[in-house]
Amino acid sequence: MGVIHSLLPDADTERELDLIAAIQDGLPLVPRPYAAIGERIGMSEAQVIAGIKRLLEQGVIKRLGVVVRHRALGYRANAMVVWDVPDEDLARLGPCMGRFPFVTLCYHRPRRPPAWPYNLFTMIHGRDRGEVLARVEELIEACGLQEIAHQALFSRRCFKQCGARYAPASAPDRAPGTVRPAGGGAS
Amino acid sequence: MGVQLNETERRVLNEFQHGLPLEPRPFARMAAQLDCDEAGVIALLRDLQARGLITRVGPVFHPRRIGASTLAAMAVPPERLEEVAALVSAIPGVNHNYEREHHINLWFVVTAADQEALAATLADIEAATGLEVLDLPMLDDYFIDLGFQLTWA
Repeated sequence: MGVIHSLLPDADTERELDLIAAIQDGLPLVPRPYAAIGERIGMSEAQVIAGIKRLLEQGVIKRLGVVVRHRALGYRANAMVVWDVPDEDLARLGPCMGRFPFVTLCYHRPRRPPAWPYNLFTMIHGRDRGEVLARVEELIEACGLQEIAHQALFSRRCFKQCGARYAPASAPDRAPGTVRPAGGGAS
Repeated sequence: MGVQLNETERRVLNEFQHGLPLEPRPFARMAAQLDCDEAGVIALLRDLQARGLITRVGPVFHPRRIGASTLAAMAVPPERLEEVAALVSAIPGVNHNYEREHHINLWFVVTAADQEALAATLADIEAATGLEVLDLPMLDDYFIDLGFQLTWA
């Protein structure tokens, strides 16, 4: 829990964790969802609202709202487009790519030579392959990436998609794993 | 686009990916903006969820501000892909497990309470499969998540 403690230095880190665990699978779709969450974890409605507000302000929660499923909505093609950007250009090119509305992730990650030479990762969605590739070209033009090696890794099959889980679930609703979750930490 | 959506559904999908009201009756506030009533908004959200068009109404966490997470990748021989993918998917901390067009063909995000648990999970996968796992943690984020702009043909 070291990371969580250092990032949420408040006295009641455990209460924050209870709150995160209670909301990570979504709010109950009832007239007073924050009150319903509070009932589950022994907080008042006002405490739940204040707690979520604080997590948003701290940047622990990026956004609160409807989480859409691209594929189901007709955005059937997505490619993780990876780039080998000179390290000194990352701070300029990263934000240039990240501002496009069709880019849904834009991360700097480490190279792992020789297996993996790319250090900038963008996710691009489109209705079909052609639309995704057209958007890659648009990025290359707009950010001047003509000399930057890149590859588009289209997704072929989705084996699992769900929200990230950071806190233990409040109910044992997950299928048992064939690999033991290490230390029980993420289960 | 294959999915039939009415105007209110489209607006819910595009206008409420962020900024869900933090007040006692958030769906009543949404209803006021959408020109319908609270019960109608709740029914609509339940229906979108039942149709698999939304995963939830709730938070999207910043991948680095809490716990530990990484993007992991493996080069899995094609004949073993289903088996290895199932093994990886069964781990509760794994989400977004995809086959991608590359010889490094299995890509997934692993989340855990801390770095130690994360490293142990990756080691477990290597031990269980006999395959190398590339660990590609995020070092910098250049993207501000305001949700995804859907357009209607």
